Amino acid sequence: MTEPAFVVERGTRTSRVGAVAGAVVLLMLAALPLWGTRSLMRMLVEFISLLVLAQMWNLLAGYAGLVSIGQQAYVGLGGYALIVLADDLGVDPFASVFLAGLVAAAFSVPTAALVFRFRGGYFAVGTWTVAEVYRLLIANSPRLGRGSGRTLAAVFPLAPDTREALTYWLALLIGTGAIIHSYLHLRSRFGLSLTAIRDSEPASESLGIDVFRTKLCVYIIASFGAGLTGALIYLNLLRISPDAAFTVNWTAFMIFIVVIGGIGTIEGPIVGTLVFFLLREFLADFGAWYLILLGVVAVLVMLRYPQGLWGLIADRWDVRFFPVQRRVRFGAAPAGEADADRSAGLTSGAT
Amino acid sequence: MLNSVVQGILLGGLYALFATGLSLIFGVMRLVNLAHGDLSILAAFLALVVVRVTEINPLLALLVVVPAMAGFGYLMQRGVLNFTLGRGVLPPVLVTFGFSIIIQNLLLEVFSADSQRLNPGRIETASIAIGKELAIGWFPLITFVVAVLIVIGLQLFMSGTSLGRALRATSDDQEAAELMGIDNRRLYGVAMALALAIVGVAGVFLGIRTTFGPSSGPDRLLFAFEAVIIGGLGSLWGTLAGGIILGVAQTIGAKFSPGWGILTGHLVFLAVLFVRPTGLFRGTQ
Repeated sequence: MTEPAFVVERGTRTSRVGAVAGAVVLLMLAALPLWGTRSLMRMLVEFISLLVLAQMWNLLAGYAGLVSIGQQAYVGLGGYALIVLADDLGVDPFASVFLAGLVAAAFSVPTAALVFRFRGGYFAVGTWTVAEVYRLLIANSPRLGRGSGRTLAAVFPLAPDTREALTYWLALLIGTGAIIHSYLHLRSRFGLSLTAIRDSEPASESLGIDVFRTKLCVYIIASFGAGLTGALIYLNLLRISPDAAFTVNWTAFMIFIVVIGGIGTIEGPIVGTLVFFLLREFLADFGAWYLILLGVVAVLVMLRYPQGLWGLIADRWDVRFFPVQRRVRFGAAPAGEADADRSAGLTSGAT
Repeated sequence: MLNSVVQGILLGGLYALFATGLSLIFGVMRLVNLAHGDLSILAAFLALVVVRVTEINPLLALLVVVPAMAGFGYLMQRGVLNFTLGRGVLPPVLVTFGFSIIIQNLLLEVFSADSQRLNPGRIETASIAIGKELAIGWFPLITFVVAVLIVIGLQLFMSGTSLGRALRATSDDQEAAELMGIDNRRLYGVAMALALAIVGVAGVFLGIRTTFGPSSGPDRLLFAFEAVIIGGLGSLWGTLAGGIILGVAQTIGAKFSPGWGILTGHLVFLAVLFVRPTGLFRGTQ
């Protein structure tokens, strides 16, 4: 008897082709301020912001099972932290964006101490309540401009072209960073324990995974990401108010994007954000109807195709640009050629 | 101060009414309905339409609103929500949150963002004067009495009728209840119908008491949730007490500064959560 020959695969052909294509697209995007219009740049900043927010919510709900309806808390806190750091404390506004992420992460620890007492649906409402508390505290604070909010003045000395190009490059950096971070993070040992927790909490605990600590870690990371993005959004918009910064619509966008695109994958939120933008542009003249339609689509997807659009695409054509799972393939075909051979049905995408 | 406390207690009755529906659904099927608040606002708008068309008193509109909400609840449960149960945390949260966003924005498109109010006529301003400082409005008093009666009625219904027993059995052990011949799917529909009938009453009373708009829903959900948690999960009397504590906290907070009313309520909730996560009055479930 010989040992069964097999290889453990992590990359796929699409992931290697995708990496090259991604690098080319990224280079083109980086050069955008040289050839693109300002409105295109502003739209891309918005696109990247929503993509990162969705990616962070995906990490929370898709991997750690923390279905939060309160991530708008960190968008708002990040935005206000930017204003305070840049305008009141005189920190460089672009550096402030990163510090704002840290401020949001700092707030997430005491928040977690309270909301982690809830599970499931009550966790969702609990996080929502805490987000409202932050909104009301800021809306009652004279220094932060009460209900009418404040304007970011620190960037006024910059020429508009310079400011917009810098904001855009920062967005590109944050967007690329968030995706690469999610990818590497999910492939690591940490990602494995996260996936194990998603599949079965008691089983992963019995294997020595510290469930509470892992979840807390994800919560802090997701809050950092949302805070960072909140600061980026208001660096782009320049004007902040409590009602807009802490609106639950931020979380609605994140959830609808993730669910429609495909929860628990890195590609899903990218597809979801594209769908979101297309729908919003098509229905731009019809007020809130795009949001109603998104809600209806998300509910239908959840009920009928819980793996989302990307899940359907990935299953149909076996493409994975960001393969985070390990796949065992018997027969010891060289890894590079094995992609084409799926007839044996021994590959398992389920992790 | 005494005046604030009394007004707060009466306001708390209304919150308890919202909370009872939320608590009932969670108790029976472990579902947290995130559209709970928006459904009450939907009921208030429905009453508004009935009043505009027929020009009857909004309290009489309850005769239309309550059955309509109950029917809607039954269909919503059997048509959609039943399919989200038993599939993990995400589907029920996402679907009810989706409903919340859909209802809010549909109301916004149909009725615009203007605030509305239901006018019940003279009863709205009539009050009983007790001494120099204190005056109790008839309408807040009626709201409170109705809330207490509904809580008592629900308590009797759950303990005294076979349907109530079936609901409690399912809440204790769904599979065992099924083995005893209980049709869970239908029962969940009935529970949602009951909850939304209560929500219908709460929504109409809310619409008479204060102004409301398409985006008033989420606050109602949060207050209901806070009342349930302060009171302790699964205890109907605890929920009533939780609603009252929240109402008193809000009116006292608002007395110090108008912007601090709702915030004080939230902070009291967080304090209770921090000190006694199981609530002040332990439930039986």
